[in-house]
Amino acid sequence: MSDILVSEQSAAGTSGRPSGRLLEVDDLRVEFRTRDGVAKVINGVTYHVDAGETLAVLGESGSGKSVTAQTIMGILDMPPGHVSGGQVRFHGKDILKMSAEERRRIRGEGIAMIFQDSLSALNPVFTVGFQIAEQFRVRRGMSRSDAKKRAIEMLDQVKIPNAKGRFSNYPHQFSGGMRQRAMIAMSLALDPEVLIADEPTTALDVTVQAQIMDLLGELQRERRMGLILITHDLGVVADVADRIAVMYAGRIVEEADVYDLYAKPAHPYTLGLLNSIPRLDEKGQELRTIKGLPPNLMNIPPGCPFNPRCPMAQPVCREKVPPLLQVGVGRASACHFAEELVNRD
Amino acid sequence: MTENILEVRDLVKHYPVTRGVVFKKTVGHVKAVDGVSFELKAGETLGVVGESGCGKSTLARVLMNLEKPTAGSVLYKGQDIAKLSGGGLRRLRRQIQLVMQDPYTSLNPRMTVGDLIGEPFEIHPEVAPKGSRRDKVKELLDLVGLNPEHINRYPHQFSGGQRQRIGIARALALRPEIIVCDEPVSALDVSIQAQVMNLLEKLQNEFGLSYVFIAHDLSVVRHLSDRVAVMYLGKMVEIGTEDEIYERPTHPYTQALLSAVPVPDPTLRDNKAIIRLTGDVPSPVSPPSGCRFRTRCWKAQDVCAEQVPLLEIRQGSDHPSACHFAEKREIVPAHEV
Repeated sequence: MSDILVSEQSAAGTSGRPSGRLLEVDDLRVEFRTRDGVAKVINGVTYHVDAGETLAVLGESGSGKSVTAQTIMGILDMPPGHVSGGQVRFHGKDILKMSAEERRRIRGEGIAMIFQDSLSALNPVFTVGFQIAEQFRVRRGMSRSDAKKRAIEMLDQVKIPNAKGRFSNYPHQFSGGMRQRAMIAMSLALDPEVLIADEPTTALDVTVQAQIMDLLGELQRERRMGLILITHDLGVVADVADRIAVMYAGRIVEEADVYDLYAKPAHPYTLGLLNSIPRLDEKGQELRTIKGLPPNLMNIPPGCPFNPRCPMAQPVCREKVPPLLQVGVGRASACHFAEELVNRD
Repeated sequence: MTENILEVRDLVKHYPVTRGVVFKKTVGHVKAVDGVSFELKAGETLGVVGESGCGKSTLARVLMNLEKPTAGSVLYKGQDIAKLSGGGLRRLRRQIQLVMQDPYTSLNPRMTVGDLIGEPFEIHPEVAPKGSRRDKVKELLDLVGLNPEHINRYPHQFSGGQRQRIGIARALALRPEIIVCDEPVSALDVSIQAQVMNLLEKLQNEFGLSYVFIAHDLSVVRHLSDRVAVMYLGKMVEIGTEDEIYERPTHPYTQALLSAVPVPDPTLRDNKAIIRLTGDVPSPVSPPSGCRFRTRCWKAQDVCAEQVPLLEIRQGSDHPSACHFAEKREIVPAHEV
């Protein structure tokens, strides 16, 4: 499904071109202006998601995956956050240039988001049902009783047992898994075209995680939503993603089809990540790690940001920032030696 | 690998649930740990896995003698640790140390790294006389892969992985025999997690440490453990060698848990038989009668509600499993490549 993707990256800046894509992030740049200096959190991120497709954005803490999502949703704290360049296009229109009122209309109906920590994302002083019904009343102008009916339907759709009785429960009366279901119900209430799920199962136990990922997949297929799944979990990604964008220090370092990426990563960072998962056939051996630490975003090393940790680094890596270029069909890598990585056996 | 360094016998830890402000009335008990037995051999790693609320962290606290058990005993080299006091207790504390989960809250932000790691020496001056302490701390920093020159820095100047190394250095300071690791890598990123796991393994080989390794991540536990115990709602449901648990699990809960672990290989996506558990873990205040897993179990029969299944070897299982109907089942094991 993705043979033309990313080729735009090299042509980043050919902005405003209508393309029929659902949601496109184009050369986005975000910095945090703090007392101690400017942290360059996002340094030219480009990705897109189409209807019915799951894009996984994979990265470790501080890679900028959540900040990208917050910028798309317009919930980034500004200041200290500041969008210093790029576009976020929804149906071809740059939402970063829209008025607050226009953006509000897109939020919930166009693009919705679910968060990692359901306990702090839900309001503790209102019942779960009220918080879902609120959207129907405010955005759809429904009456109190109609909104309640719709909210119960939504709770039912996310398979909360005894939805009617649960309507008037407060968030703390729900278990972690149920709260996450309630949050999914809330985000899907206005039938969005794109859903951004920011680490939706990270706080949950594995058996509950499996339930929630199943539910998300099911709802996505039913509604043909575009899903952006933000996660650091390589296992979850392998289970559900169509395409993967790997982020490091505010950049996309690799983008590929899920099968290609796991079979043959085209960036040493991706390779390092895959290698550091404990594997059965290497038990008792030392894990192959990525040495060192992610860079300080106030002081990103010159050249490729991964070069101080990279086992393949050459002098050129310290001088030139490798652009995200296409390597093979439907995949791209931001490494000077991507070709070698892909062509090795 | 023969001597039992730690023996846990029918360990029970209940917390009272009270109501009322002035006249407190006990209205029930949270049965956090309810009859757990196992041994730890010298130089061995015992992994303890289970989901939140299964009692694994309470178990760690009791092993550390931070909580007195409600019943049962923890024997360190044959000595009941709950009965120790004074000098005996202090000598014991040297031998069992803890590495905590959250490297952000477990280090005092006002103390320098040198003070944090050197603090155990204040209580146990026999390990390092006053003059040699700074050198000892530097040695420890070097040992866990930190720069000894950073001895005067504060915790906030370090990243999460580095802080976890500080926590490990502090646990090592008194040269203990046993280290209880309570979710030591679950707050860390994948690439950093691997570094810390390698460190733990290196230290074990170097000092012959025994680990009780508590975690919810099954692949992490598998990588480090010689034997694995699976807990559910305060009970141990299955215990065996790493191979027995991961390759031939016989308890339905272990099977469900293993099948739910996402495998980082997209090609296995469609031929994976995932056992879907319904519902949530019941409350530990009023656990189900008989087998505690029966409310979510697909094999449950009448006998499961009446009789508590003992953790023992039975027909169909070559290792102890607490299920009346223990038997092998084909599942795709975690992370087989």
